Amino acid sequence: MKLGLIVNPVAGLGGTVGLKGTDGMAREALALGAVPKSGLRTLEALKMLESLREDLVIYTASGEMGEAVVRELGFACRVLWHSEKERVTDVDKDTTSREDTRQAAKKILEEGVSLLLFAGGDGTARDVYEAVGESLPVAGIPTGVKIHSPVYAVSPEKAGELARRFLRCEITGLKTEEVLDIDEAAYRQGHVETKLYGYLKVPDDARLMQGRKSGSLLSDESAQKAIALRVVDGMVPEMVYVIGPGSTTRQVMAALDLPATLLGVDIVCNRQLVCSDATEKNILAAISGKESRLVITPIGGQGYLFGRGNQQLSAGVIHQTGPENLMVMATLSKIQALQGRPLMVDTGDPALDRELEGYYQVMTGYRESIMYKVITS
Amino acid sequence: MKRINRHYLVRNFHQAKWDEPVIFELSRKGERGVRIPEAEEEVKAVAGDVMAALPTGLQRKTPPVLPEMAQPRVLRHYMRLSQETLGGDVNIEIGQGTCTVKYNPKINDRLASLPEMAALHPEQPVETVQGILQIMHETDLMMREISGMDRFTFQTASGSQAAFAMASLIKAWHRHTGEDQQRDEIITTVFSHPSDAACPAIKGYKIITIFPDEEGYPDYEAFKAAVSERTAGFICANPEDTGIYNKRIKAFTDLVHEKGGLCGYDQANANGLLGITRAREAGFDMCFFNLHKTFGTPHGCGGPGSGALGVTKELESFLPAPLIDFDGENYLLNHDVPNSIGRVRSFHGVAQVVLKAYAWMRSLGAEGLYEVAKVSVLNNNYLFRKLLEIEGIDSPYDPSKQRVEQVRYTLKKLTDDTGVTTGDIQRRMLDFGLHYWTSHHPYYVPEPATLEPTETPSREELDEYIATLAHVVRECYENPELVKTAPHNSVIHQVDESGMDDPKEWAITWRSYLRKTGAS
Repeated sequence: MKLGLIVNPVAGLGGTVGLKGTDGMAREALALGAVPKSGLRTLEALKMLESLREDLVIYTASGEMGEAVVRELGFACRVLWHSEKERVTDVDKDTTSREDTRQAAKKILEEGVSLLLFAGGDGTARDVYEAVGESLPVAGIPTGVKIHSPVYAVSPEKAGELARRFLRCEITGLKTEEVLDIDEAAYRQGHVETKLYGYLKVPDDARLMQGRKSGSLLSDESAQKAIALRVVDGMVPEMVYVIGPGSTTRQVMAALDLPATLLGVDIVCNRQLVCSDATEKNILAAISGKESRLVITPIGGQGYLFGRGNQQLSAGVIHQTGPENLMVMATLSKIQALQGRPLMVDTGDPALDRELEGYYQVMTGYRESIMYKVITS
Repeated sequence: MKRINRHYLVRNFHQAKWDEPVIFELSRKGERGVRIPEAEEEVKAVAGDVMAALPTGLQRKTPPVLPEMAQPRVLRHYMRLSQETLGGDVNIEIGQGTCTVKYNPKINDRLASLPEMAALHPEQPVETVQGILQIMHETDLMMREISGMDRFTFQTASGSQAAFAMASLIKAWHRHTGEDQQRDEIITTVFSHPSDAACPAIKGYKIITIFPDEEGYPDYEAFKAAVSERTAGFICANPEDTGIYNKRIKAFTDLVHEKGGLCGYDQANANGLLGITRAREAGFDMCFFNLHKTFGTPHGCGGPGSGALGVTKELESFLPAPLIDFDGENYLLNHDVPNSIGRVRSFHGVAQVVLKAYAWMRSLGAEGLYEVAKVSVLNNNYLFRKLLEIEGIDSPYDPSKQRVEQVRYTLKKLTDDTGVTTGDIQRRMLDFGLHYWTSHHPYYVPEPATLEPTETPSREELDEYIATLAHVVRECYENPELVKTAPHNSVIHQVDESGMDDPKEWAITWRSYLRKTGAS
């Protein structure tokens, strides 16, 4: 069994000393007395793999980027990438960099591991995404300050357990989850600007078919396709459909056999592509004087309909389309992950946010919907 | 002599494990149980060619490949299988929440197997089956009293078939009033049975599901937003799987009626409500009871059953025909049901099951039925209080509020503390010969458990169940691996579930098993 492991040793440093994230701030954080915890948390995750010890080889990067914890637990280890930097606590030297994460991830991908475990936050997820894209199953160990990307498990132990079950083939399905990150510089100034950076493939722990009376759910991807078909089958001639970003909405483009912009907004009318990767301006032009629908899906683990990763769908766009013309898609597993919390909007226009509050019919299947509450953040 | 110490309530249990082959594997060519004698010439002469009625196209050219076995081996095979099950007659059946598994009086089985009953045929002339028609008619009258509905049919042979028939009634009603095209939505709630959504979906309806508010009631504001001129109907359970009773139910049904829709009540399980609330006063136009839940008939492993379906006067002419009528002297089959949705099953329902429910109700009387509801609610709330005292077990929504006949618990804290999941506990409880059910999927309540004691268990039995669950919870904290690797004392050990959603990895018939395993 081959497992990849990358630890971002500086992840989480900013949080303990009140910095909102660690991007470009690791040295400041260390100087302020931050204690690195990423390695320790990774250790907790790897402990869950104890039962696989005999068969497992962990492919990782040198020192605190993985090797150290792997050796501490005595797992078989192969180092595929050597960072210039060995210890993050040396304040006088540069810390490991994003480039180290990317290079290590590429080497691990080439090695042909079954799964890549990575420890860090949203920034680390971005780096992993840039290196491996959707070509390798991954799972995140949450050790960073910002965890908006649902590619992370809820705890290090859960990440370890997920890895173990995946390696043992107890989980075989994969789902597509978003990689989101906040612009930290802006966040430190008090603005939240989340961008959608891409998607990673994560083991789908849907616990299918357990228990006699329990009907199994569709896989996340099948559910997404079912909702997408519903949208496409219900398309009205001359209506302009603005398709927001998200792994669910991009199935609408797939159902239309049109190219989907991975992270952006596409516009469709009469089942034809009107505009790819549309900016706010493009959208306003396309819907001007026409009837339109915004086809959106909650983004990230927090369940934002607007304001996270889809800023092109601005307050102006929503005003012009009309709040009553939203088509919200979400799989039941997305809704279940909210654990009863409402969906949220943050358009940057408080009056519009209030207007958007209320109950929406959220499409969860070809014929199934739920009535779900939307509030302002 | 030393007295046996019965102080510790947790049982030392080990189930039989036989590694018993599938019956087809036990077949030996030419081996047989009974040699059926050739019919006598006189009999042949009277019966004529018995195969003649069967169209040639339906007649087999080659005999079916049935297992060939001697009687002792057949008996041994099924005895072994029976030892490998865990039914209501073996264990303290509290763990199968939502199923309402209660004691099924054995005398009622004997009644149903008396020749007067067992030898009846539904195609006999009506005048020769007056007895069973009387029983069905009187059961209908009792069900009317219990629900407030005006007429019942027993043709629907299960709860889900009754839910499907409700969807058909709703469709037929709107077709009748000319609004079928406009009304294409059915509303349900997330903690109602999944069939309440699935049945109307098969009927072609769009389904809108209402989520609970902070208190665990179906969110009325969300409901208001969902009800419209497109609403064909509202189908829900109450109490829902959480055991919480929606006390504003009349406001829900009123709103649906205001907009022109119909309301169907899933009363598959009415165990906590007998003699307390009725479908009519809650504003429903139709409801159904699963006789194998509330009315003491055996579950029978998925059948034969009865989902007795009742409707108000307005919907009576839409029921499946025939209805069983009484003209003051004779019982008759009334086929004159002008707006009928048509037959939903052959003949008139499973008569033996109706007989058992009838006997059960007659033995208890009206007071007794009310007592059933009171005791099952009392048992449930005793269990609820005691289980909440156990570290790691909690309930979603206000735990200080009484539940009706069952409770959905959450073991999230236990899982967070120990890594042991509710599924692990489910398997571990089998090591003590007890059931434990989690929830339908997906798990809206994290790490759920749903337990329902009914009126059957005594306080001692409730205490044994509680002590066993407390024992397993203690194991979770002290030795989580033991629980995670369970079951250890059951019929089989942990099953590899990895192939469960790969059709190549399972077979539901012997023939497909042979095909998929490459044997000839």
